[in-house]
Amino acid sequence: MCLGIPGRIVSIVDDETDTALVEIAGIRRAINIACVVEEDGRHADCVGDWVLVHVGFAMSRIDAEEAARTLELLRELGEMDEELRQPQASARRGGEHGR
Amino acid sequence: MKFVDEFRDPGKARALARRIDALAARNPICRRRPLQLMEVCGGHTHTIFKYGLEQLLPEAIELVHGPGCPVCVLPMGRVDDCVALAEHPNILFTTYGDAMRVPGSRKSLMQARAEGAEVRLVYSPMDALALARDQPDREVVFFALGFETTMPSTALTVLRAEAEGIDNFSVFCNHITIIPTIKAILDSPELTLDGFLGPGHVSMVIGDAPYAFIARHYRKPLVISGFEPLDILQAIWMVMVQLDEGRCEVENQYRRVVPEAGNAAALRAVQRVFRLREFFEWRGLGSIDHSGVRLNEAYARFDAERRYSLPNLRIADPKACQCGEVLKGAIKPRQCKVFGTACTPETPLGSLMVSSEGACAAVYRYGDPAGPPRRDRTEAVDGLASRDAADHPATSQEKPT
Repeated sequence: MCLGIPGRIVSIVDDETDTALVEIAGIRRAINIACVVEEDGRHADCVGDWVLVHVGFAMSRIDAEEAARTLELLRELGEMDEELRQPQASARRGGEHGR
Repeated sequence: MKFVDEFRDPGKARALARRIDALAARNPICRRRPLQLMEVCGGHTHTIFKYGLEQLLPEAIELVHGPGCPVCVLPMGRVDDCVALAEHPNILFTTYGDAMRVPGSRKSLMQARAEGAEVRLVYSPMDALALARDQPDREVVFFALGFETTMPSTALTVLRAEAEGIDNFSVFCNHITIIPTIKAILDSPELTLDGFLGPGHVSMVIGDAPYAFIARHYRKPLVISGFEPLDILQAIWMVMVQLDEGRCEVENQYRRVVPEAGNAAALRAVQRVFRLREFFEWRGLGSIDHSGVRLNEAYARFDAERRYSLPNLRIADPKACQCGEVLKGAIKPRQCKVFGTACTPETPLGSLMVSSEGACAAVYRYGDPAGPPRRDRTEAVDGLASRDAADHPATSQEKPT
């Protein structure tokens, strides 16, 4: 029950009950999105957003930029790793820190 | 799957593993004894075993599997209460699938169902509420379970029941809170932990501020971590960097999901519906102050504990069972006397063998890298991407019975 799974909000079913259709690994399910609607935002603004779904509830919006940043950092680590392993490793690059 | 597959890349895992190696090699603690890092969350435990991540780590780093599996820490008396509710003639008892096979002192929910009690598996508390809506002459009880991750969904379901005036719905609340639990572990004299991987999905609800005391008072680094193999390796690396630089801070590896402040809407719902219990009983860990919640007075009519009389007994764990020691990290699953013999996933004695997030079930299913000989590291890394995609109930077409 604690494992979340990413899904994308496809359409809003009902504003009143915060219900949206979310596509999760190719399957569409009615999911409650009360926790990801902006405080003064509209439900419809959530369509297209990636969310993490737990027990029928979208519990967090997935930030694609942050995901890309993490992957970029990991890619850099990998590259630096390769450079370090080569005997004539050239100049080291910065930015290896965890954020 | 997007946001999943990218975080299983073997090349990046290899690079992280090498960096962790290098940091362990110059860590003074590692020269004296294994460095102990606790992953608090059962979801992490599951990933660690599923992908054999311990095989990617140097022997000088030991992962201690914490108590963060809500099914596993459920005391036997609470399971007996569930069975009593399920056997009530007019009650339709609803539960997450994980809890079905947890043994009570007499029987599990699964056995109760086989004997005629009406027990239904649900994927969401909203499914339980829908059953109550559709069958107004039945009393539907939902077995609410989990840390802060699932607390908001129960709270929002209760609020929905109130809004719709659905009176034949109630909740048997067994929600637990993470912070008092971590504190109890830190205060336990048997443990020498050097750092923590923080639970990603609890954190997306509560944010990172509640962990500050761990860094400040206990001087332990904590890195909030996601659930894919690269997430966990990166979080371990971040803990190692902190130790290397002599820092103790709360850091967040799982930024794509965990905002600093948590989720305000979720926290509001939780605060409205629940209040802290004086104490809550944990399997293996005993009673921990303020570690559980119950429904507020205002929602008393949705509280199964107030609505029905329950046996509410304290039942000691079976003597042979060493779940408590495993939960605290004092022994490894394979060191338990009944592991794999009297206690298996098919016939579990202890709760750690039941849930896929339990350390014993994970070791049993995926093999314990620390037990049998270590696999070759290349083989372990290459296996990352090929493991089956998330086997999650949300994508399962199976109809719960």
